[in-house]
Amino acid sequence: MGLGILGKKLGMTQVFDEKGEIVPVTAIKTGACLIVQKKIKEKDGYDAIQVGFDDIKKSRLNKPILGHFEKAEVSPKRYLREFRVADASSFEIGKELRTEELFQEGEKVSVSSTSKGKGFQGVIKRHGFRGGKASHGSMFHRAPGSIGTSTDPSRVLKGKKLPGRMGGRKVTIKNIQIVKIDSTNQVLLLKGAIPGHRGGLVIIKKRE
Amino acid sequence: MIDLLKEVTKDQLKEIPNFRPGDTVRVRIKMIEGGKERTQVFEGIVIRKKGSGISSTFTVRRMSYRIGVERTFPLHSPMIDEIKVVRFGKVRRSRLYYLRLKEGKET
Repeated sequence: MGLGILGKKLGMTQVFDEKGEIVPVTAIKTGACLIVQKKIKEKDGYDAIQVGFDDIKKSRLNKPILGHFEKAEVSPKRYLREFRVADASSFEIGKELRTEELFQEGEKVSVSSTSKGKGFQGVIKRHGFRGGKASHGSMFHRAPGSIGTSTDPSRVLKGKKLPGRMGGRKVTIKNIQIVKIDSTNQVLLLKGAIPGHRGGLVIIKKRE
Repeated sequence: MIDLLKEVTKDQLKEIPNFRPGDTVRVRIKMIEGGKERTQVFEGIVIRKKGSGISSTFTVRRMSYRIGVERTFPLHSPMIDEIKVVRFGKVRRSRLYYLRLKEGKET
C-alpha cells in the first residue's frame, strides 16, 4: 500500500540548512507520472494504479505496449510501475501524480531502486566476514573458512553465506527525509545517499 | 543531468569577492550562542581554495599566540557574513602548505 512517484537519480550534491549546516542530498529528477491503468479488485484481484514515467520515442516500444498507452491516451513512457491503493476507482486515467501534492518538505519517505552491481564478490565484501590475519605467518586471509559440519549432515546447509553475485538487486531504504521539492526544475532533494547508479529508476513511496 | 544538479543549488550560491591563495582575508562569521547572534572575525592567509559550486571551501591560516590555527570554511556558507580581502599576496603555488613549516617570517 502507499502511493508514490517515480524518478531518476541525478547524483549527489549538498545544500545548507537554516542553521547554516551542510546537508548531503541526492537529487532525483521527477516529472510527469501519469496514471496509465487502474487495477480493480473485482477484475484484477487487487486494487492498484499503474503509473508511467519518462517519455520515450514511439519507435522504442512494440505494438502491444503502444496500444496500452494509446488506450489510456498517454504518451509512451519508459517505465511502468504499480502502486497498491485502497480504492483504485477514485483515480482518473491520464491524470498526473504530482510531487508537490503528494509529498511535503521534511516528510519521511521510503525509497527503492536497483543497487549498483558489484559482480562476483567474496565473502568479506559480500557478507561482512572478518577474514584472517594479513601477516605473522598467517595463511588464512580472505577465505570463507569452514562451511559446515562432517558426515552429519554431510551437506551444506541452505542459505549458507558464500561468495557470489553482489548488488544489482532491489534495495529499499525507509525513513529518508525530503529536504526540498523544487517544482520549477522538477527535482526532489532527498537527504543522504540513495542506492543505484545515476540515471537509474527510483521509486519514492509514502510512508505507511 | 549535471547541469540540473548545479541548477538546484544555484539559489544558495553567494556573491564572493575575488581572492586567491596567498591573500590575507578577514572573515566575519555569524555565531549563534544561547539564542543570541554575534559575529566573530577570523583573519589570516588563505592557504587553499578547493571544490566547485556549492561544495567549494577555502582554508585560512593565522598565527594565534605563536600557534598556527587553520579554519576551513564552505565558501558559500550562510554563516559567513563577509569575506574581505585585506592584502593581496604574491605566491607561485595554489596550495601553501609550506607555510606550516615556517615560523615567524611569513608571507
